[in-house]
Amino acid sequence: MDWTLVLTQALNGLQLGILLFLLCAGLTLTFGIMDLINLSHASFYMIGAFLCAGATLHFDSFLVGVLIGLAGTAVLAFIVEKSIISKLYKRDHLDQLLATFGLILIADTGVHLVWGPAGMAIPLPDVLQGQTSVGSLVVPTYRLVIIGTGFLIAIGLYWLVNKTRTGMLIRAGASNRQMLNTLGVNVQVLFSAVFIIGAVLAGLGGLLIAPITEASIGMGNDIIITAFVVIIIGGIGSIKGAFVAAMLIGFIDTFGRAFLDTIFALFMSVDVAETAAPAVSAILVYVLMAIILVWRPQGLFPPKLR
Amino acid sequence: MDSTNARRFGSGLVLVLLLTVPFLMLYLGKAFWLDIFTRLVILAIAASSLSLLLSVAGLPSFGHAAYLGLGAYAVGIPVYFATYGGADWLASYNGWWHLVLTISVCGLFALVTGAISLRTRGVHFIMITMAFSQMIFYLLVSLEEFGGDDGLSVDLRSEFLGLDKRFGFNIEEPWIFYLLCYGVLLVVLFIVSRLRHSHFGRVLAAAKQNETRVRALGVNPYGYRLFAFVIAGIIGGVAGFLYANFSYFVSPGMVEWTRSGELMFMIILGGASSIFGPVVGAACFVLLEHVLSRITLFWHLPFGLLLLGVVLFGRGGVIGLLKRERDT
Repeated sequence: MDWTLVLTQALNGLQLGILLFLLCAGLTLTFGIMDLINLSHASFYMIGAFLCAGATLHFDSFLVGVLIGLAGTAVLAFIVEKSIISKLYKRDHLDQLLATFGLILIADTGVHLVWGPAGMAIPLPDVLQGQTSVGSLVVPTYRLVIIGTGFLIAIGLYWLVNKTRTGMLIRAGASNRQMLNTLGVNVQVLFSAVFIIGAVLAGLGGLLIAPITEASIGMGNDIIITAFVVIIIGGIGSIKGAFVAAMLIGFIDTFGRAFLDTIFALFMSVDVAETAAPAVSAILVYVLMAIILVWRPQGLFPPKLR
Repeated sequence: MDSTNARRFGSGLVLVLLLTVPFLMLYLGKAFWLDIFTRLVILAIAASSLSLLLSVAGLPSFGHAAYLGLGAYAVGIPVYFATYGGADWLASYNGWWHLVLTISVCGLFALVTGAISLRTRGVHFIMITMAFSQMIFYLLVSLEEFGGDDGLSVDLRSEFLGLDKRFGFNIEEPWIFYLLCYGVLLVVLFIVSRLRHSHFGRVLAAAKQNETRVRALGVNPYGYRLFAFVIAGIIGGVAGFLYANFSYFVSPGMVEWTRSGELMFMIILGGASSIFGPVVGAACFVLLEHVLSRITLFWHLPFGLLLLGVVLFGRGGVIGLLKRERDT
């Protein structure tokens, strides 16, 4: 087997895993703490990318673009949380699903109105455009930036959730919301904070990937579904679970697409393998989720309950 | 007029309008309205089948579009083989064969996925049903022979042998096809209404309210729910079967998760408490979509706002609103 290829694919898997983790961190917390299904998380992913693209082109600086993208997403998340999301916490899941689905429609059209129907490419500064050699492997520098940022965020979140007072409240909220409320914690503020942090992380994910794939309308609508699979597998409300499951899904998806036909060819004819492999690799993630849900209905790392 | 009579009047009105308006429009020379109404009726069938799960049994299945897709490909694939050769055991223009395929494939898929999904509750149920429909989506995308992403043209509508020669029943004729869809809708509404008021429906409704109590009474709702899941899946498949015949085209786009969301939207829009809710909801959905998309390119915006508004303020949907106005 070609080891360079395996390593390249491993980096791709890592990158997908990181992106998924950035989306899932916020999703799993809003889900675990507020008991909120938030499909519109996908919209923050998209809006982060578009804000960054717009600002990068306007100010001719990727760094400014990133900062404006993150700040803009935060402001928008604040407004949306105050005006709409906060009314949904007490509703049943179906209402939340439909209302946030409505938000997706609104956000997609809003972006269409502001930036037009076409996608937007984000030009990278020269520093990030080159290649870096790691040992015998040559990889685009920017991919390393994505992976590095993701790991920094993961460590930061770990510190925030496990070592700070806010994190203690977040963990308490994921375990038992009512108790937290009864103990006199201002849950409204906590909810807003968690929602905004989650939205900003989603926006970060969107603007990090946009220079590679370009920002496009509905770019979040596919990956949000995979993100839900990740948090279900990882256990709702668990950052650790989200990280492990995101990496798992990232690798399984990437390796499935890259190597399944080779593996299948070991025990069936090449023709059959080449037809079957794309189909199987596309649904691999969902099969995994179904198996895990049957085996452990609460996911791999459910928060400790009550 | 008391509320039962009012409801009967309303339901009758809906059915009469669905039967008369398209033909009136046809008479007035606006034939495209027949197409819009055909789509409306097919979506009403799909929404009604989902309402059996959503409203009656309280099972928020988020993957109902999968059955539409399976039903549609159960027409598309045999017709493809019949047109271009290959797979003789499958290839056929015969509508009965398509229907048998639809029912068996959807029934089987619902049985297997339902048996697994119903072991979970709440959010997990929503997500696992969605995951299964995503599996179908990606499976259809990866079927290169049948067009993959781009979908598949269906060159001819299903032929109903035995009926076409004897009674001139040829569904290539748009108005005959509309009457067929309308007839199917009537049958589906009848089935849903009978199920709802049967022992079976009452067990489902009771388990929706309080599962522990139902179990304590010695009834295990699992089997009832699974049966409802299979029935809803088969009816959803029939809607897909009709849709493929209607649009001469099938594609994985029919199974996108947003489609499942739209079906749920129709039920909530129309009002979940009534059998006619899904029909009214599908009607509002299709007509609004048509009107708004003619006015503006950005018709998703008012659509999204409406969805948000209905969920946040309009509990009970359109039917609920009408009811409330009458009460005050």
